[in-house]
Amino acid sequence: MYRVEIAKAVRRWRTWILAAGFVAIPTLFVVALVLTSEQPEPGEGPPFLALVEINGVFASLVGLSVIQPFFLPLATGLLAGDAIAGESSGGTLRYLLVRPVGRLRLLGVKYASVVTQVFAAVVIVALTGLAAGGLAYGIGPLPTLSGTTLAVGPALLRLAGAALYLVLGMAGLVAVGLLFSTLTDSGPGATAATVGIYIVMEVLDALPALRIIHPYLLSHHAQAFVDLFRSPIALDGITRGVIVDAGYILVFLVLTAVLFNRKDVTS
Amino acid sequence: MSVLAARNLTKHYGDQVVVDDLNLTVERGELYGFLGPNGAGKSTTIRMTLGLVFPTSGSIEVCDVPVFTRVRSGDPLRLVGAVVEEPAFWDYLSGRRNLELFARAAGPPEDRTARLAQVGEVLKMVDLEDAGRKHVKAYSHGMRQRLGIARALLGAPELLVLDEPTNGLDPQGMREVRRLLRRLADDGVTVFVSSHLLSEVETMCDRVGVLSSGRLVADATPSSLRRASGSVVFEVDDGGVALGILRSLEGVVVEGEAAAEASSGAPARLRVRLGEGVSAARLNAALVGGGVGVGAVIPERQRLEDAFLSLTEEPDSHEWISNAG
Repeated sequence: MYRVEIAKAVRRWRTWILAAGFVAIPTLFVVALVLTSEQPEPGEGPPFLALVEINGVFASLVGLSVIQPFFLPLATGLLAGDAIAGESSGGTLRYLLVRPVGRLRLLGVKYASVVTQVFAAVVIVALTGLAAGGLAYGIGPLPTLSGTTLAVGPALLRLAGAALYLVLGMAGLVAVGLLFSTLTDSGPGATAATVGIYIVMEVLDALPALRIIHPYLLSHHAQAFVDLFRSPIALDGITRGVIVDAGYILVFLVLTAVLFNRKDVTS
Repeated sequence: MSVLAARNLTKHYGDQVVVDDLNLTVERGELYGFLGPNGAGKSTTIRMTLGLVFPTSGSIEVCDVPVFTRVRSGDPLRLVGAVVEEPAFWDYLSGRRNLELFARAAGPPEDRTARLAQVGEVLKMVDLEDAGRKHVKAYSHGMRQRLGIARALLGAPELLVLDEPTNGLDPQGMREVRRLLRRLADDGVTVFVSSHLLSEVETMCDRVGVLSSGRLVADATPSSLRRASGSVVFEVDDGGVALGILRSLEGVVVEGEAAAEASSGAPARLRVRLGEGVSAARLNAALVGGGVGVGAVIPERQRLEDAFLSLTEEPDSHEWISNAG
């Protein structure tokens, strides 16, 4: 069933349009940097932007920072919101269930397939950034935020870690989106709700008065992957991020499973 | 052995009773027609049969295994193929690819090759071999309908549950589907088919259930459904005398119009409604015995449509009709 989901995704235009978008993002800003003579000031723009011209690896990191607050949640919301609601509005949900594909199995497969696609998006951005940045500025040992230098091998390993951390955060959002997706027959509705929730969390995260709830917001620790490029690695934020993400995944998947398993499918 | 059995099946949505204490069994190899006006609860019943909607109370069994206690090994829905309302597909894929993915989606992995091998076979059965390569998006309604039946046939089901399978088909397509279903039933597949086309059910089904306001109000062969309130026409040479004889008999009603026109010495057609235990043969004997020449006795087979309407129009005032069991 997982292979069925992936086969469906590969044969959809939507998948390739999203993929093209994720190729375009790092490519565009590397091209922009190459074409303009203006140097970004340190601290200006997304993290690492000022460092891209020193080392192409940073293009990959800028790419991840750029997609994290908006493009990635948007794509995640689109895929997760559509996962079940798309099948029910199209009428294919009932035909899958009577095949019979078990309801919990269907949820599990949908979840895995969406996370796989989000993972692919992050990998695309990381690799495109690496390729574009490498072509433009070369790849070499990486200066860390703490002033030390990393060899290329360990630097790429940390880049992979950053990508995985980003995917984990989105895996939490996929669980939220999957719940919405089972509650409505409208894919766009579930998508809007999922993306909306994430944006609300980002807004709340920006309000100092709500500091008490900040640690529990999915978006709060999302940029903590930056800490991987310190020396030594500052694990504090990342650890908390992983715990919060795991909590969201667990709570929302269980809730979705319980509700969907007893739902009357009338679509 | 019954292939499908509903026992005291009931479904409430809030205060609304959609299916009300439904009892129904379908035997192996039977072609069962499930009739009812819109809103009678047909779809809800079908969805409960397929495990999509949970009954408020009562149970459904397929091949003697309850649908709603899913034991992994014995999941009875493996034995069922279905078309539920509109046939729906992944429109961005070809017909053949759709069937391949549905064949892969469920079932034991070791049988996958066998299931995939069936795809060509079922496409051939519904005459879509050539169109299988086209995107479903480009299919006509009739082609989608046939592709839906092909999908239902994947996995060689023991029970086919079809909701309005000939909807949107042209007359030739309808006939082909009817023949296909009849052939499947003759080969031992049990077919449960809902329809609003009475003529279709009449020509095709072994048994008909009529659902009205969530209750099963009839469960009988199509011919006995019609006969249940049938009339007989007598062509006699002397209307007046015949009328006198018929009126003296118990359980016989001569319909008003015919009676008014019957005059002594003149030939007449008398339309007689037969009460319980009264046969046309007995009336004929009485007429002949009374000296009336009977030219013809024509059993007036009530159209199934009339039987259907009389059953469903006033849900509380009809008699239960059954020749089952």
